[in-house]
Amino acid sequence: MSSTVLLTIAMLSALGLLAAVILYFVAQKFKVIEDPRIDTVTEALPGANCGGCGYTGCRAFAEALVKSTSFEGLNCPVGGAETMAKIAIILDRQPLAVEPKVAVVRCNGTPDNATRTSYYDGAVSCRVAHALYGGQTGCQYGCLGCGDCVESCKFDAMYMDPVTELPVILDDKCVACGACVKACPRNIIELRKRNKKDRKIFISCMNKDKGGPARKACKVACIGCGKCVKVCPYEAITMENNLAFIDSTKCKLCRKCAPECPTGAILEIGFPVKEAKPAEPADAAVS
Amino acid sequence: MFKTFPKGGIHPPENKLTADKPTAILPVPAQVTVPVSQHIGAPATPVVEKGAVVRAGQLIAQAKGFVSANIHSPVSGKVSKIDTVVDTTGYKQTAIVIDVEGDEWVETVDRSAGLVKDITLSREQIIERCQQCGLVGLGGATFPTHIKLTVPAGKKCDMVIINGVECEPYLTSDHRLMLEKGAEVLTGVSIIKKALGVESVIIGIEANKPDAISNLTELAKGFEGITVQPLKVKYPQGGEKQLIKACTGREVPSGGLPLDVGVVVQNVGTAFAVYEAVQKNKPLVERVVTVTGKSVKNPGNFQVRIGTPVSALIEAAGGMPDDTGKVVNGGPMMGKALAITDVPVTKGTSGIILFPAEESKRAEVLPCIRCGKCSSACAMGLEPWLISALSQKGMFEKAEQERITDCMECGACAYICPAKRPLLDYIRLGKATVIRMARERITK
Repeated sequence: MSSTVLLTIAMLSALGLLAAVILYFVAQKFKVIEDPRIDTVTEALPGANCGGCGYTGCRAFAEALVKSTSFEGLNCPVGGAETMAKIAIILDRQPLAVEPKVAVVRCNGTPDNATRTSYYDGAVSCRVAHALYGGQTGCQYGCLGCGDCVESCKFDAMYMDPVTELPVILDDKCVACGACVKACPRNIIELRKRNKKDRKIFISCMNKDKGGPARKACKVACIGCGKCVKVCPYEAITMENNLAFIDSTKCKLCRKCAPECPTGAILEIGFPVKEAKPAEPADAAVS
Repeated sequence: MFKTFPKGGIHPPENKLTADKPTAILPVPAQVTVPVSQHIGAPATPVVEKGAVVRAGQLIAQAKGFVSANIHSPVSGKVSKIDTVVDTTGYKQTAIVIDVEGDEWVETVDRSAGLVKDITLSREQIIERCQQCGLVGLGGATFPTHIKLTVPAGKKCDMVIINGVECEPYLTSDHRLMLEKGAEVLTGVSIIKKALGVESVIIGIEANKPDAISNLTELAKGFEGITVQPLKVKYPQGGEKQLIKACTGREVPSGGLPLDVGVVVQNVGTAFAVYEAVQKNKPLVERVVTVTGKSVKNPGNFQVRIGTPVSALIEAAGGMPDDTGKVVNGGPMMGKALAITDVPVTKGTSGIILFPAEESKRAEVLPCIRCGKCSSACAMGLEPWLISALSQKGMFEKAEQERITDCMECGACAYICPAKRPLLDYIRLGKATVIRMARERITK
């Protein structure tokens, strides 16, 4: 009886030893040498796996960071300068100064501004609505209001305003990962330079129609008159296809353009109220 | 005797309110808006300028490339502007706006009513004439006819099927055409037969149009090689692949075209247009449109010029009822709601349906209960619940494997769904995305 037990133990031990030897050689043969810094960098990253950096996740981005020779074009929008500085220490490099960004919605087509000409009751998805028709208003460039962007946001930085029927971005939560920019079939969300106190000036319109039809579809549409282009002292405003664009990297927030706009398509947000006239009601709706 | 396709299908209420209403000719409106893109393929290029005086039947936009169609002026008058206007898609497209003055036609068009039965043109001439006259398929897809009549090298066509099914509820424009212009339609069919060089033609008509079946069967005795095939009523029998299966038993392979089984399908409306183009040299500038709806005062079938505003058609049918909730361009199953009624009638407009608000509202969407009704209703043998969910979740590669591109968007799945899920909405999105992905793969 005891011999059977002993034999079993001996056989299993021998088998275990053999397997260990085989495994040792296999492990030597197929060894993957990985830079240990990848793990350290991954740990330093926020771990949201949002894809805002352009890579599939934080680990893929960490690999790219370790492989790269400089931080050119590599930035974690979620972690921002702080995280990039940490990574710079790990990788023993100089961090690049990257402007923090924030998303803005370039449409102000509230039911008051843009009259609804029809009512959409199909599947609640902007992409479906966009593929189907021009939209509930006369404007075929503006917000469709189904909230694909809100659904795409992983940071709870967006919600749909039931009154304006437009998405609202919470500046303190937005990390500029760009998920909403990709989710919007009409490309009305833009990543802009984040200024002090979250002040911003931008054209809140994407309508590329000529002045007449644009104005007819929406009271606050950009009609392409070009007044703002002329008044801007920093050449930050350009006009293309009847639509003005303010380059946030050139804009110095001098606020000269906004009063020039005949339709009020230029929004100023986060500024102290000018004494002479009260702030536009549109500001309150979006900020 | 009555045939049908074996897989799937549904039986929506027919509501053919206008089946016994003779086609009325709508007066020429004061202004027409002619979009340059009324067909599948590249938009045509305008060849007239603002202020130009045009006559009805005159070429105003030239086809751009092979997959495109010429556009002719449907009226005589002056071009008031070439601008972007909202068309039936809800998006702005380039269109030629013409102020109507009188009704003068180009001399080459034979406007006499008499039937011309003898086909004098050769095969090549027929195809060329169809191309010149801007003919497109009038069943709804608006695919340029000259391409369908040209059999590519390596393919063989031995049968033509004429689609007189009109399986969409409410619509009766094809039905009226078969009753009123039977001889012309059959002459058109003979022309198509000659152009494709085939011996036999089958005209498929559903059993709910017994008068059309008997009329064409009687008339077909005077033509060679044309048989009328009565079909059981089932939606979507008007789908090319379903109609081929029903009439001949042949099955078009997944991702294939009817030509892969030697068949070309043409609509009866197209056959009539072919007759007018070849025998009368008349370009496609008119079509029959059904204007209907349960509360419409005077529903009917109207022969209208292309470019007539839809609002004028609604006026002719007694105005828009107060309870209207939705205006649909096309049939109730595959048609698309219009955002505004101030859009022009195009070559593909087969009907305008005004639904009462009560009927048109979509019901509350409930979770899928996996009952499988959509799978049994799908005439293409797909699993709509699956491909719809895949497309909703953005899993387009998987949807492609599930053959989402085979979907013909008939809407039987969404119709039958007890949970009222917007299946087709998402399938359409997925299909368009998958087709785009496939194209990108090819160009890479």
